[in-house]
Amino acid sequence: MTSFTPALRLQDIVKTFPGVRALDGVSLTVLPGEVHALMGENGAGKSTLMRVLGGVLQPNSGRILIGEEPTIMASPLDAKSKGVVFIHQELSLAEELSVAENVYLGELPRKSFGRVDWDRLHEKTAAILDKLKVGFTPQTRVGDLSLANQQMVEIARALTVDAKAVIFDEPTASLTDAEKVVLFDVIADLKARGVGVIYISHRMEEIFHMTDRISILRDGQYRGTLHTAETSEEELTQLMIGRKLDLSRKINHAEVGAVALEVRGLSCGRLYSDVSFEVRRGEVLGFYGLVGAGRTEVAETLFGLRDPDAGQILLDGEEVRIGSPVEAIARGISLVPEDRKGQGLVLGMNCRDNMTLPQVDDLKAGPFVAEGAEIAIFDQYRDKLDIRTPGWRQKVGNLSGGNQQKIVIAKWLSMHPNVLIVDEPTRGIDVGSKSEIHNLIRDLAANGFAVIVISSEMPEVLHVSDRIVAMHHGKVIRTFTSEEVTEESLVQAISGIVAETAA
Amino acid sequence: MAEMTKRDVGQFLARQGILVAFVIFIIGFTLANQRFLAVDNVLGVIRSSAILGVMALGVTFVVISGNLDLSVGSMMSFSTIVVLDLHDKIGPSLAIPAMFAMTMCLGALIGFLVGYLKLNSLIVTLGMLSAIHGLTLTYSGGKNMDIADKEGTWFSLFGQGSALGIPVPILMFALLAALLSLLLAKTAFGRKVYAVGGNGVAATFSGIRRARVVFLTYVISSFCVACAGLLQASRSMGSQNTVGQGLELEVLAAVILGGASLLGGSGTVFKTVIGVLILGFIQNGLLLVGLEFYVQYVVTWVIIILAVWLDIAANRGRLWSPIA
Repeated sequence: MTSFTPALRLQDIVKTFPGVRALDGVSLTVLPGEVHALMGENGAGKSTLMRVLGGVLQPNSGRILIGEEPTIMASPLDAKSKGVVFIHQELSLAEELSVAENVYLGELPRKSFGRVDWDRLHEKTAAILDKLKVGFTPQTRVGDLSLANQQMVEIARALTVDAKAVIFDEPTASLTDAEKVVLFDVIADLKARGVGVIYISHRMEEIFHMTDRISILRDGQYRGTLHTAETSEEELTQLMIGRKLDLSRKINHAEVGAVALEVRGLSCGRLYSDVSFEVRRGEVLGFYGLVGAGRTEVAETLFGLRDPDAGQILLDGEEVRIGSPVEAIARGISLVPEDRKGQGLVLGMNCRDNMTLPQVDDLKAGPFVAEGAEIAIFDQYRDKLDIRTPGWRQKVGNLSGGNQQKIVIAKWLSMHPNVLIVDEPTRGIDVGSKSEIHNLIRDLAANGFAVIVISSEMPEVLHVSDRIVAMHHGKVIRTFTSEEVTEESLVQAISGIVAETAA
Repeated sequence: MAEMTKRDVGQFLARQGILVAFVIFIIGFTLANQRFLAVDNVLGVIRSSAILGVMALGVTFVVISGNLDLSVGSMMSFSTIVVLDLHDKIGPSLAIPAMFAMTMCLGALIGFLVGYLKLNSLIVTLGMLSAIHGLTLTYSGGKNMDIADKEGTWFSLFGQGSALGIPVPILMFALLAALLSLLLAKTAFGRKVYAVGGNGVAATFSGIRRARVVFLTYVISSFCVACAGLLQASRSMGSQNTVGQGLELEVLAAVILGGASLLGGSGTVFKTVIGVLILGFIQNGLLLVGLEFYVQYVVTWVIIILAVWLDIAANRGRLWSPIA
């Protein structure tokens, strides 16, 4: 905080849509050289505010000031030329082009007759890449880069203008831990150069690690700005959702029953090898590891989406071969997949039809689908999981992330599975819904389901699991009980340190 | 506020544009020619749309499941020629089931290629358009096919007969539309067609055999083509090898016009029927106001483009957007 003139000010922004007051007099001040978090549940107005700032939407009233200058953001291009740059959650890069071409896309330096001045392009790009301390060259094809490095290209693009403020929207959603470190370095560097950074994220660890101040929105209203050093998760959560949240570790196990699923020495090419574990009825088995550790691939094998090379899968003590999702479902295995929108839901379909999709063949009234039975299932699980939707006719794509996830969970619960596998149950979901889904998972175990939870978030795994399987590079390193596990031992296990000492 | 109203109009046009355009067409044609809305003209339009309509019903399944079928035109020529030829060789009561079996084998082949081998449906059916045309010419030796004894057979019943004062083609179109509408809207299979077209990956993750669903949509499409071929052969009692040429685009236009999305996952049989009728009335109207029949090729193309544009516009909620 080197200067007293804010880099960026939003004052009393009001934005209404027909029937909704999406932003109700929201103000936000970002100082040069600060990292300013913007938090709120899904639907609180964060994205609307950012779209106003980025010139995608025009506010009904209120002012935007850059430095001392009141401005109107006419379009996204206009915003960029005024030094307000967005790093989007979803990358918008041309994979087949080089890094340099992507960085200067639309404004490539020219020579006579409109020929591209490649030398100058590569030179200018190299200068920016130097600042970012990345390990690739301007000539690299973007499609060959890792996700994190692609994000760096996106950031490099932001640095082609004299940025006053850079907005990061959930930048770590698809990054590994190592990649996150690089990203945080870049943000620290931006900060050191006096750029104001707005950081949007649901992840508390990152907020506390990275930011200087935190502004909170709830239901389109500004709920205050806090200094990160002087606040706590509880206080933030309370401001965001208006109530307290239970984040304590669960130590009261449900009564554990018979082994529902046992896996012995399962291997699949280079994805994972010699994986063994068991899960009992009434227990939540957590799978923790870095992205690429092989957890999702194990789950996909159990669901019949991959063929294992070796090993056994035993359901209720009986060895089975699972060749397709159809067979997995018939044997009582359900998978709530990692990618909710891509794998879990048909977004254009209504809530009821999505929920009953796996069992639509069984709900018969003569030759037709028994719609009454379908509605009964929908009503039952809507009440049970507290799914908030105007009715079953609502298209799933119109629901919030949390409610969408509950539809996917309801879809598989209504199949009464023997084993329920949940992959990344709360990815991209706001804190309020997160804790509801955690409670739901605990309740399922208490009701005698065998549940497997795969997660990349340590607090989540610690919170919901009775036992935790730590994976590293396709191998099970160790299985912890919730009594013996500590954050340190878990981190060591998933980074492969335990493996070396134990071996 | 003025901006808001403009936006609302834009959204309305984006959602209901086709109907609005249709109403304007109807009013215009009726003002230009009093006969346009006369009962006999209306019945005539429906009757002449029936063959196209029957084919469009089947293609609706294919399009909702997220694929295309450009082979229906030449497949219809094939079934027409085959049934006419077999009529004189083995008699109508054997010729009809034989033609259905042969046509549906072609549909099954396409379904196998697109469903099980997961080949791009545009390429497969475009290729089949040409391949089936070749097959038809090989079968007929390039000659026109005629029924020798046009008076001495009951075969003309399908194309020329009527029951309760309603022409058989209209009855058949209505009956098929009702049956297929039930299949699509009320059965588990229909639900799966929507799921596969809406999000194929999610459908697989829900235990739906995607390949089988896609396969069956093409079998249904070829069944409808066989029905259309039967109507065509029975109406004319003789045919050229190219009778169905170009119909694939009109069929697709009708389906898209009805509101099925080319991206898959949306559309209904009822909407397709509406699309067929819109197309039929517009073509009829153009003739009644005295334009040459070939003008309709241009108009049909304009309508396809308009329908595709409005389909995209409805998805993004406005008529024009700077980003795709």
